[in-house]
Amino acid sequence: MIILMIIGMSLATMLPRVIPAFIIEKMQFRPWINKWLSAIPYAALGALIFPGIMSVKPDEPHHGIIGGLVAIVLAYLGLNVILVVLGAILTVFLLSF
Amino acid sequence: MSKEAQHSSTSIHMIRKGFATGFPIILGYLPVAITYGVLAKQAGMSLTELTLMSALVYAGASQFMAANMFAVGTGALEIIIATFVLNFRHFVMSLSFMNQLKKIKLKWKIPLALGLTDESFAVSAMNPKEANMKKGALFYGTIIACAYLSWVLGSLLGGLLGDIIPEKLSQSMGIALYAMFIGLLIPSIKQEKRVAMIAIVAMLINALFVQLGMSTGWAIVGGTIIGGLSGIYLLKEDRK
Repeated sequence: MIILMIIGMSLATMLPRVIPAFIIEKMQFRPWINKWLSAIPYAALGALIFPGIMSVKPDEPHHGIIGGLVAIVLAYLGLNVILVVLGAILTVFLLSF
Repeated sequence: MSKEAQHSSTSIHMIRKGFATGFPIILGYLPVAITYGVLAKQAGMSLTELTLMSALVYAGASQFMAANMFAVGTGALEIIIATFVLNFRHFVMSLSFMNQLKKIKLKWKIPLALGLTDESFAVSAMNPKEANMKKGALFYGTIIACAYLSWVLGSLLGGLLGDIIPEKLSQSMGIALYAMFIGLLIPSIKQEKRVAMIAIVAMLINALFVQLGMSTGWAIVGGTIIGGLSGIYLLKEDRK
């Protein structure tokens, strides 16, 4: 029973991921669609960051926000992504005391 | 250097670069995967089942949902449909990613597409120039393998060892993937300010849709598509 559920869930995640590989192979897009597709990563990053970041600690949304602000500053200073991540983890960790 | 030796040194270089670029994903995935392993075990799934689910479904939030459902005993079909809704955003991301990889062969595109997650997509899309380099598929393949292996092995570890990360620390590590997204976005914004506008439009649309009572899955899809559309006007012509 659980195996069937796993297979069903697997199809539900695999199909949306893999179908675009065949679409892109077959189709030639107009310039505006190419432009739209090249803007998708920035839009996706925005949508993935907010408002989700407020649920890092669901009962205290400001912890996520402060961690995010620290990440913005560190990234703006030109630090490597790993250091940005570690800085944000440390911030949220210290806030929890 | 012989041609063959040159070939393999390019390969090694690309794999190394992919590992360095994908490393933050490992850092973000491990604690979440371990937590999933612990929860799934507590919900009554066997070690094989919970690891198999990570290997075949490979979708964080949906797996947490499934583990919960297993504990409560609600319908499997319901979970499968919810999984589809929650992960439909990968269709939009994969379209963009596959378009970026146009020059890469289909036999590579298929495994790369199957391994796409929010995080591996974000990291890959912010490093577009490798798509036009020799052995570029190895660069993206390594990023995606790092993410996949840390997810599957992390789940196994969680199911096997239980909670090995102290609660305060693992909760703080919940910020890791968000911080990674920020760390990926800011350099592009520094290069071109209009990128910030695209991201903000997507954030606001996402927040609005959530406010209107839409599910997280559709809200992210909406934010991504509409935010991306704003890019048609905001981005310069010569962007690739």
